[in-house]
Amino acid sequence: MKKSSLAAITLSVAMCLLIACGGGSSHKEQKSATTNTPSEEPAAANPSYDPKRGEGKFDESNVKVGPLNTAMAAKGKTTAETKCFSCHKTSAEKLVGPGWKGVTARKTPHWIMNFVTNPDPMIDKDPEVQAQLEICLVRMPNQNLTEDEARNILEFMRQNDGAK
Amino acid sequence: MSVNKILAAALCLSVTWFTSCKPKGSGNAVGADAAAKTYVAPGKYDELYNFVSGGFSGQLSVYGIPSGRLLRVIPVFSADPEKGWGYSEETKPMLNTSHGYVPWDDLHHVEMSMTDGVADGKWVFVNGNNTPRLARIDLKTFRTAEIIELPNSAGNHSSPFGTENSEYIVAGTRFSVPPDGDKSDVPIKTYKENFKGHISFVSIDKNTGAMDLAFQLKTPGVNFDLARAGKGKSHDWFFFSCYNTEQANTLLEVNASKRDKDFIMAVNWKKAEEYVKAGKGVKQAVTYAHNTFDEATQTAKSEMKKEVTVLDVAAFPDLVYFIPCPKSPHGCDVDPTGEYIVGSGKLAALLPVFSYDKIQAAIAAKSFEPEKYAGVPVIKYEAALYGEVQKPGLGPLHTEFDGKGNAYTSFFVSSEVVKWNIKDLKVLDRQPTYYSVGHLMIPGGNTKKPYGKYLIAYNKITKDRYLPTGPELSQSAQLYDISGDKMQLILDYPTIGEPHYAQAVPAELIKDKQLKIFDINANKHPYKANGEAEAKVVRQGTTVHVYLTTIRSHLTPDNIEGVQLGDEVYFHVTNLEQDWDVPHGFAIKGANNSELLIMPGETTTLKWVPDRIGVFPIYCTDFCSALHQEMSGYVRVSPKGSNVPITFGLGDK
Repeated sequence: MKKSSLAAITLSVAMCLLIACGGGSSHKEQKSATTNTPSEEPAAANPSYDPKRGEGKFDESNVKVGPLNTAMAAKGKTTAETKCFSCHKTSAEKLVGPGWKGVTARKTPHWIMNFVTNPDPMIDKDPEVQAQLEICLVRMPNQNLTEDEARNILEFMRQNDGAK
Repeated sequence: MSVNKILAAALCLSVTWFTSCKPKGSGNAVGADAAAKTYVAPGKYDELYNFVSGGFSGQLSVYGIPSGRLLRVIPVFSADPEKGWGYSEETKPMLNTSHGYVPWDDLHHVEMSMTDGVADGKWVFVNGNNTPRLARIDLKTFRTAEIIELPNSAGNHSSPFGTENSEYIVAGTRFSVPPDGDKSDVPIKTYKENFKGHISFVSIDKNTGAMDLAFQLKTPGVNFDLARAGKGKSHDWFFFSCYNTEQANTLLEVNASKRDKDFIMAVNWKKAEEYVKAGKGVKQAVTYAHNTFDEATQTAKSEMKKEVTVLDVAAFPDLVYFIPCPKSPHGCDVDPTGEYIVGSGKLAALLPVFSYDKIQAAIAAKSFEPEKYAGVPVIKYEAALYGEVQKPGLGPLHTEFDGKGNAYTSFFVSSEVVKWNIKDLKVLDRQPTYYSVGHLMIPGGNTKKPYGKYLIAYNKITKDRYLPTGPELSQSAQLYDISGDKMQLILDYPTIGEPHYAQAVPAELIKDKQLKIFDINANKHPYKANGEAEAKVVRQGTTVHVYLTTIRSHLTPDNIEGVQLGDEVYFHVTNLEQDWDVPHGFAIKGANNSELLIMPGETTTLKWVPDRIGVFPIYCTDFCSALHQEMSGYVRVSPKGSNVPITFGLGDK
């Protein structure tokens, strides 16, 4: 037997002894710390999620649309050039994300407002968005739009869809 | 050694370990509940941010306490290819000096900005010891925002200590040298006659943090080591430790250790401020760089400044006093009340504690030594002394405070931390460090209101603490719980570079102030491309500017042709993302440079000089999405004078 393995055995004996007498209280505390596992929520089962409204600050009461406001639509287009057109075309054609043509017919104005300002939880919960994600494979980034920017973009989308 | 002897020794060892489970004195190294005290569960935050000197790496590391997890390395004085710091066109000016581009320094000490004598979480100041510099890091972005070079200085060691409201951050020269200028070519042996010390007082704008070299004190030629500002009643004063009062210029190991006592230099900085205001300073022509990073243009600029105001301390009898301190004092630490100043003579067998009140009384009564030192009055040792801690340990270096009337001093030679009571000067506890402790730190332990609870020892030598890694081993930090009467070692973790000083504050002070993105609409970079419609390639003579954008997961443009040998190509990359923690990287084959790492809403520039014809891939280096591997493109390089026109595109655009 080599000297080094003798030393190793003795060392492990010593370690056992040390652990045997010293481990008590810490073992208990560690156990209690690890029992706190988060409960898993299946993404599909979200009874509180309203797919017509989405999730966020907006609903029918605070998003009103009327006759097209061309000044707002112009501002919306400028913001979209910086923050949206890297991934979206104004036609129906998919680029990274889906094309914008017809979006205002498919979705309510407040759903659009919620989605563009609060994409992350909606990507997790909205069945149609989840289906879209399977096609695009890129989660829409949160582009930190202000409420005004989002509202102007909605107006531009309406203009793009032919609203007057 | 025979096998029997080994067995006997091992048995003896195991018996010792077994018995050490019982509560005992100072030999009880690691407590049984150490893991529980330092365990931070996955997904939970640490209690404190700890800003730790990266020593000769030139960088500042940020750890979470009590876990000891490394959270971030902030590049300061050294180029950092991971982040493009010092490689991108925007950051190169930050490392400019009067000597040109200096991409390395020796970062020593850490000082947080303060309000009313307590850290306020706005900025961290650090010093560069080699090519003397002082830097400010913005704690909103965890980036270096400003670096100022210090004229008339060499080895900025006695820095960056600050006053109670960060009115000034000081920078004292470690090596005295002849003052800058055309008379500085002198024989080295004329040290006593021609070499001078300079202490820079850098003022801090309390709103913006902007640094300005307000004035310098010209002192006799000695070595300045460390410093601390007064607190409360001693607010107007600053204390500097000095060694080599022998004024030796060779074999300092022997020749600078001859005198029984060196000095702590007491400076009335309020008075210095008044003299400067009254125009008593002398304007000296010098050259030093002042580098600032503009967050709006995301670009640094380097300005050469040409003048400094100097006060010669020997010309103002009520400005500076020397206090004898045994022997080669290193640390010079002021307790939370501002009354006690602890000198740590690194070659002394005792710790002197000076009294601010007694110093003031001694000045009033002119209790001075009969002879001045180079024109500066020397207060009698006994007249300034509160008392001495006897036999504290060997090689005292630094002292911090717990706010409960106790001081903790590190001892390099005897590798231990010693707790003692400031009032009765009695040693209360001593614990070993592994090994050769330098600095130590208690969160808030230099301030009016220490947070206490923990003490961290920063060790110079770590032999046998970790798995061996060749001839060089990591330095280490060791965390002690100091909430009880006895210090208890609870964690041991490696650090980068050589950890000198560090500071720590509760996480709440900083974490909610973090900037998550740069607002792309506020981007004032001259070569930004806010949106893919602005992406383009422009030739100007032999310079080619590429305005390129990144977003998950493509580069725009991703096909570029028309670059020729002999061109200088600048890739100005704008990250269009506006989402937290989504930087994109950018790299090109063969660049004599690093990558870029571009934060959301930021524009950063990589210079590339192609050295051969061919097609060169470009790609995103920071995994950004499921299609990250697709985030790439090509640049074609043609011979000089080729008729391939500049073209660029993405997809069918």
